[in-house]
Amino acid sequence: MASKTEPAVRAGETALGSMSKDELLGLYREMVLIRRFEERSAEQYAFGKIGGFLHLYIGEEATGVGAISVLKQQDHLVTHYRDHGYALAIGADPNAIMAELFGRSTGTTGGRGGSMHMIHPQRNFWGGYAIVSGHILIGAGIGMALKYQEIDGVSLVIFGDGATNGGAFFEALNMASLWKLPVIFLCENNEYAMGTAIEYHSAVPKMSTKAEGLGIKSEIVDGQDVLAMREATQRARDYCTAGNGPYFLEAMTYRFRGHSMADPETYREKDEIEEKRATDPIPAYREQLLHAGKAEQADFDKIDEEIEIIVEEAVQFADKSPWPDPSTLEDFVYADEY
Amino acid sequence: MASTLAELEEMQRRAQDAIQQNESGEREITYRDALREAITEEMDRDENVFIMGEDIGAYGGSYVVTRGFQEQYGRKRVIDTPIAELGLVGMAVGASMAGLRPIVELMTINFSLLAIDQIVNHAAKIHYMFDGKFTAPVVIRTASGWGQLGATHSQTYEGWFAHIPGLRVVMPATPKDAKGFLKSAIRGNDPVMFIEHSLIYRNRGLVPAGDYTLPLEGAEVRREGTDITIVSWSRGLYLALGAAEELAEQGISAEVIDMRVLRPLDAETVIESVKKTSRCVIVEESWRTMGLGAEIAAAVQEHAFDYLDAPVGRVGSIEVPMPYARNLERLVIPGKDEVVAAVKQALA
Ligand SMILES: Cc1ncc(C[n+]2csc(CCOP(=O)(O)OP(=O)(O)O)c2C)c(N)n1
Repeated sequence: MASKTEPAVRAGETALGSMSKDELLGLYREMVLIRRFEERSAEQYAFGKIGGFLHLYIGEEATGVGAISVLKQQDHLVTHYRDHGYALAIGADPNAIMAELFGRSTGTTGGRGGSMHMIHPQRNFWGGYAIVSGHILIGAGIGMALKYQEIDGVSLVIFGDGATNGGAFFEALNMASLWKLPVIFLCENNEYAMGTAIEYHSAVPKMSTKAEGLGIKSEIVDGQDVLAMREATQRARDYCTAGNGPYFLEAMTYRFRGHSMADPETYREKDEIEEKRATDPIPAYREQLLHAGKAEQADFDKIDEEIEIIVEEAVQFADKSPWPDPSTLEDFVYADEY
Repeated sequence: MASTLAELEEMQRRAQDAIQQNESGEREITYRDALREAITEEMDRDENVFIMGEDIGAYGGSYVVTRGFQEQYGRKRVIDTPIAELGLVGMAVGASMAGLRPIVELMTINFSLLAIDQIVNHAAKIHYMFDGKFTAPVVIRTASGWGQLGATHSQTYEGWFAHIPGLRVVMPATPKDAKGFLKSAIRGNDPVMFIEHSLIYRNRGLVPAGDYTLPLEGAEVRREGTDITIVSWSRGLYLALGAAEELAEQGISAEVIDMRVLRPLDAETVIESVKKTSRCVIVEESWRTMGLGAEIAAAVQEHAFDYLDAPVGRVGSIEVPMPYARNLERLVIPGKDEVVAAVKQALA
């Protein structure tokens, strides 16, 4: 069994109190959008419309949505390959994301990148990356550019617990700490690196311990609580932009589906998954808002209906989009032409 | 335009039948099962043999080669590792120097790049640098392949490793070679890059029952012919055999050579064949520039120049990072039609 860590910080009453109804419902909307979008993606994968790898984010929506909701226009985002959720959360067009999954010319990278390499340049989302832990250095490097150019922003880097074992992780954290770079390292601890549970892949059960050893301020957050994620990320952002150096967030979360569509799921018990499903961040947040009198059931119903339409449209759009033009195959190998 | 995956699979199946008729083995098993047998037989034979890698335990391995091994041999000998390729290969190199016989599984060759320092700067140098006093008999199994996996997960790098003296690099195409080579690699005293291919694990072939090893050297003539020599390895072999079959229907007799071992490279077998056929086409899945095909072509012109009736033809991938879109990916990887066209050009 994977070790369980009690979250140190609980849902922020602050966020609940200070956010408007629209803002609060916006977080709900994004989580539901990701959930429905990914369910439809899984279905389209089964139909053979989507190929290669497909890593679903189902169950982990609150971590990305909460954290990304804090980002300002001058902030930056770099993530790993479980990235359709992040792309949606940062405002990329659902149609373009689905088209990318279909490998069509209307996708976020015109069908070139595929599921693991979503981008949204308008909001400085520099892409999902598929080599585990390599992008953590890229995120730290963006932090370096921010500090160099004296920009009042942060670089948010998202990765999994498994990625904290790679050399790139330690190298990035050490330099970010040494040079006091404005980087938020967000580790989504979903207790597994593919099929390998934490107790078999990490010498310490808390990933944040590794950051602390390198002098980086860290915090463990309940990743199933979107408001707690938002508050913690806000704290991290304030800390970084005040010139204190990097901040490490460890979000305790869980993925409800397999690692990818190819996952045989032989490594964890059904009971464990069932138990974890009780932590589903979407109904929990709905209850929270209802209980606090911040929203009514009708508000949720309306959003749910809208999302159904958006997702349906994305599938239709992707399906009727053209394939990339073969004559473009050799474009972009180099940036310069002489 | 390369063929669809379904067509490729069908082509591979027919090409395999061609191979099987040439061999006299006992049982027909898959490439995957041949690997599984090699590993388990060697683990049973020698207590110092163990296997380590990412998700090889409960998950069963990315390409299901090690499924059930952890139950059978325990966590001591079937070790799930962190995602730390440099680290785990380096650990295996050290362990191998100290008397163990590690088999490392690196999920795919794309991730071997993270370990390249340990492979090239360490494992490959130990025996030579220390005057033959130490050996680093580590076996690194990894898989090449593609299939809408995107730019960083669809790379073909056997040529990078074949560049390095001190390494042995094998890329078996048939189940029989896979088992025989793997057993030799485990028992041998050199570091071995053992490169599989994700699209041939389900291929079947005749494999002798029980223990046998095959020396880690020597190309193999897989089909005899008189008009042209087609050279390839791994999945490319099936492309070459498929093309040869089609060419035969048109009255062209192609000899097909499977390189099998990429370092040390057996150019001699190719040269001898070209002396007979006077023409040569080399088929590889990787980019041609600075690739293995270039080396083989150079060896042919160096040693069989007077026998050549046409320039050596080369078929490889389009020189771009791999695009995800299905239609673009198909354009990148060479297909049977390109091989046939290259042969026709050499014969024109
Ligand atoms: C360097 C490297 N090694 C192995 C892989 C194969 N792989 C892809 S995802 C993954 C597990 C990553 O786990 P984690 O970092 O915890 O992220 P999660 O998928 O759980 O969100 C592995 C081993 C890879 N992509 N890159």
